[in-house]
Amino acid sequence: MIEIRHLYKAFEDKEVLKDISTTFEPGKCNLIIGQSGSGKTVLMKNIVGLFTPTSGEILYDGRDFVKMSKREKALLRREMGMIFQSAALFDSLSVLENVMFPLDMFSSDSYKDRTRRALYCLERVNLKDAAYKYPGEISGGMQKRAAIARAIALNPTYLFCDEPNSGLDPKTSLVIDELIHGITQEFGTTTVMNTHDMNSVMGIGEHIIYIHKGEAAWEGSKDEVMNSDNERLNSFIFASDLFKKIKNSPSPSAAPAADTSPL
Amino acid sequence: MFPFNYLQSLGQYLQLMGRTFSRPERLRMYAKQYVHEMQKLGTDSIPIVLLISFFIGAVICIQIKLNIQSSWMPHWVSGYVTREIMLLEFSSSIMCLILSGKVGSNIASEIGTMRVTQQLDALEIMGVNPAAYIILPKVCGLITMMPFLVIFATASGIGGAYATAYIMGIITPADLTEGLQHDFHQWFFWMGVVKSLFFAFIIASVSSYYGYRVEGGSQEVGKASTNAVVACSMLILFSDVFLTSILS
Repeated sequence: MIEIRHLYKAFEDKEVLKDISTTFEPGKCNLIIGQSGSGKTVLMKNIVGLFTPTSGEILYDGRDFVKMSKREKALLRREMGMIFQSAALFDSLSVLENVMFPLDMFSSDSYKDRTRRALYCLERVNLKDAAYKYPGEISGGMQKRAAIARAIALNPTYLFCDEPNSGLDPKTSLVIDELIHGITQEFGTTTVMNTHDMNSVMGIGEHIIYIHKGEAAWEGSKDEVMNSDNERLNSFIFASDLFKKIKNSPSPSAAPAADTSPL
Repeated sequence: MFPFNYLQSLGQYLQLMGRTFSRPERLRMYAKQYVHEMQKLGTDSIPIVLLISFFIGAVICIQIKLNIQSSWMPHWVSGYVTREIMLLEFSSSIMCLILSGKVGSNIASEIGTMRVTQQLDALEIMGVNPAAYIILPKVCGLITMMPFLVIFATASGIGGAYATAYIMGIITPADLTEGLQHDFHQWFFWMGVVKSLFFAFIIASVSSYYGYRVEGGSQEVGKASTNAVVACSMLILFSDVFLTSILS
């Protein structure tokens, strides 16, 4: 479980995050949604420690990440896996070597066991055939799947996904969503996902926090999101014609969930 | 503002070096990277070092023979001057200046690209110190290989001088050999090696600093690469003055 308490982040004079408090529970897909520039990536970077908050607490199962020493942070990070918007695979390594990288770095298993584990992770994301290819030789969707395999190689307790569907077609996006949701349930990870993809929201959003101009403007589940009377949230959710039609349909909450859920 | 920026950069550079020279998470992985960097930064530079040194050695010999040597000078002077230039300056300082272009830009653009494509962030999230894992093997690899490059450069330069003797007939091989052997001080060779170690550190660490600090996209990576080469060249020239006066 990750608890965020009264988190503030400012860059010089500009306050980007204002008093964010929320809880991300294990075994659930926790989604951070919001418009571009709303502060969701800054929030994610604060949670994983790429930025240091101006004030506030980030508790990983009760352990305050902000107050930890560099060594303690490094140790905690071994419990984290992250999927970046750009996949961030190492260009000079093959897909298999990328997945093996965290194992080579931190696992004391034999080479045979590490290879077996990496191949299992690749199989889990249906990418075993591309194991010996380099990131430049595979498609964007395959790169994202390889990034997922790398992120789960060490059986992380916390899984972070920064706009994993960015730049992917709707069908591939669903595959990625399905994988992330499946892994979350299978391993009981605390998954935090940054997205502005409404299909992801309606498909896997078990807990959603909506960020508007650096503030937590709304919190709830995918079932509640359609019926919310929060004006800011509605203007974000129903920005597209498709979702406007869904909202005006007789059964607003059922229709999109049935259409878009990959599960 | 002008000196403040330089002081700020120096502080950031020292901080980065502090992170770079920290305890590796897994020595085996670092050793693997170290061998890889020796090959990439050192072995892959051998052809260009040999090529440039060969022609420079030949040109120095021709210039000295045609423009300096006269009947008033001893017949070994061309070989002697060629050797001294190759040993004292060319194979260490000038070769490192050339390598700062090839290796320095390579390092800065590689690390800069890793920064903009979030590969460094990925390492950080995994609990790996990206500064140490990426920069330390480059610094150690280049420092290890640089003395060999200096030796190859000197040997190739002398080979170039012999080429002028045997192929072009500008100087007799006997005169050249006598000049190359005349009043040889072994320390001059070691001086070149010692200087090259400092220059190798400058090239690897300064270029890494510029790559590591990149923010933005491909344009910034290109800019960092150029800045790295300029800064390395300046620092090599400045430090050459001090090192030469200390070591001579």
